[in-house]
Amino acid sequence: MSARLWMALAALLALLFASSMLTPWRQLGALWAADPGLARAVLIELRLPRALLALGYGAVLGASGAAIQALFANPLASPDLTGTTAGAALGAVVAAYLLGFSGSAGLAAGAVLGALGALLLLLGLAGRRAEAATLLLAGLAIAALAGALTTVALALAPSPFAFYDAYEWLMGSLVDRSLAQAAFAGVPALVAILLLGRFGPALDSLALGEEAAASFGYRLSRLRIAIVCLSALGVGACVAMCGAIGFVGLVAPIFARRLTRGHPGRAIVPAALIGGTLLTAADLVTRAAPVGRSLPIGVVTALLGAPFFLALVVRMRWSLTR
Amino acid sequence: MTPLLHAEGVALPGRLRPTDFVVEAPALVCLVGPNGSGKTSLLHALARIGAPAGSVRIGGEDPEALGPDARKRLLAYLPASRDIAWPLAARDVIALGLPAGMAPDEGVAALEVEAFADRRVDRLSTGERSRVLLARALAPAPRLLLLDEPAANLDPAWQLRLMALLRRLVETRGIGVVAAMHDLDLAARFADRLLMMEGGRIAADGPPAALLDGPQLREVFGIRRGAAGWELA
Repeated sequence: MSARLWMALAALLALLFASSMLTPWRQLGALWAADPGLARAVLIELRLPRALLALGYGAVLGASGAAIQALFANPLASPDLTGTTAGAALGAVVAAYLLGFSGSAGLAAGAVLGALGALLLLLGLAGRRAEAATLLLAGLAIAALAGALTTVALALAPSPFAFYDAYEWLMGSLVDRSLAQAAFAGVPALVAILLLGRFGPALDSLALGEEAAASFGYRLSRLRIAIVCLSALGVGACVAMCGAIGFVGLVAPIFARRLTRGHPGRAIVPAALIGGTLLTAADLVTRAAPVGRSLPIGVVTALLGAPFFLALVVRMRWSLTR
Repeated sequence: MTPLLHAEGVALPGRLRPTDFVVEAPALVCLVGPNGSGKTSLLHALARIGAPAGSVRIGGEDPEALGPDARKRLLAYLPASRDIAWPLAARDVIALGLPAGMAPDEGVAALEVEAFADRRVDRLSTGERSRVLLARALAPAPRLLLLDEPAANLDPAWQLRLMALLRRLVETRGIGVVAAMHDLDLAARFADRLLMMEGGRIAADGPPAALLDGPQLREVFGIRRGAAGWELA
């Protein structure tokens, strides 16, 4: 049953991927007829990295969102709401504008460290058995602090164009990235997803509480460190290449758990597939904007994701006051 | 013959003083003691939760050297909390206690959870959820059950049914049960052996009748047996 759903998801993903590679197919078709070399270059140099980034970034947001939610036993945790993406953005900005690492590796390292810092701060502030409110407040504080520090770092940057430069990137964008940049995001993302998926059984056991999971022999301190480091690695590398993109990491795991009958741990890989599908779809939406205007993809995910988040909050409130 | 449970110098800083403890199966051992006397801590130390000191052998094996599947067949620990973090179906909660590919032990049927096995645990009553969690602990047919207040939240009939089930499992399967209990009457009626805890150590250890009618009850709990039941001493 669930295998069939996964295959359907993967097929949907492939379909979206193909269409995001080819849209708008008419212009590309005309271009192919006129100049096959240029058309191929457009496909491989422009469209492929963009499609791969949408897939990889969306997938890592879904997987790490599912893992973080399972770890904190909280369906409202996600890379953006815990301040992880904001921390990664801060790390990348500091690496690029203050320390002068302009290469992809420097940016990625800065972002991974920033994400790691944010998650460790969250563990320290909210504690390991965080209630929803504590976790969200701590995440909010970390995101606000990281956002403010990002602005300070940009203001202190030697380049007078820093703000302008960073604006589009901070909003989240998949446009005009190279295949090398796609690899810098995609490889850590893939590693993080595969390794996170291995912690599925331990995270499922955690549904019974920390004591029961410990009695099964799972080492919880190790589990915590592994989830935090892998999430920071995957999300950090993607933020470094494409900026901060919200809500996918919140929404994808919620859909994924419907496929796993609520199991939080075994939802990690489905959440990756759904996250990749969602971000690829969101990227298609950005292309629907009038020609000449470009809508940052982070804005699209926020426009689609924020109402979903609000609906979730209302539903939780309703079920609490029932 | 090796005892089922052999604990040596098990301790948790600030909660449980170094304790030696042996259980020869079959046995139903009840842990009693005032709040904060160390019952849960002793169970944690035996289930190897929270990096306790000392060593534990269950059937001659070191549980800490085993992976989750093997460990589930050896021991099951039921926490005092009946909270389940995610809205799973009761059947899936029970499956979380099982090694991969194993079907629940038939002893679980006595808990009669089948009627609501497909319902979400967050929509069950606390008593029903307790039975689901007990079923989770019994499902892998472990050799040692470590239960923290197994009868809590259960109605009087279910308390008796549960204790009778544990008694039957002890006698027919030869397993060991160590259960922390607050109900002294229930403990006295079903246990082979009572452990009275006080201040993070075992204050008394013996057959229930001897302990509950001896001076220990007054010393540890500050109560005594009166005409109308337990009364403050």
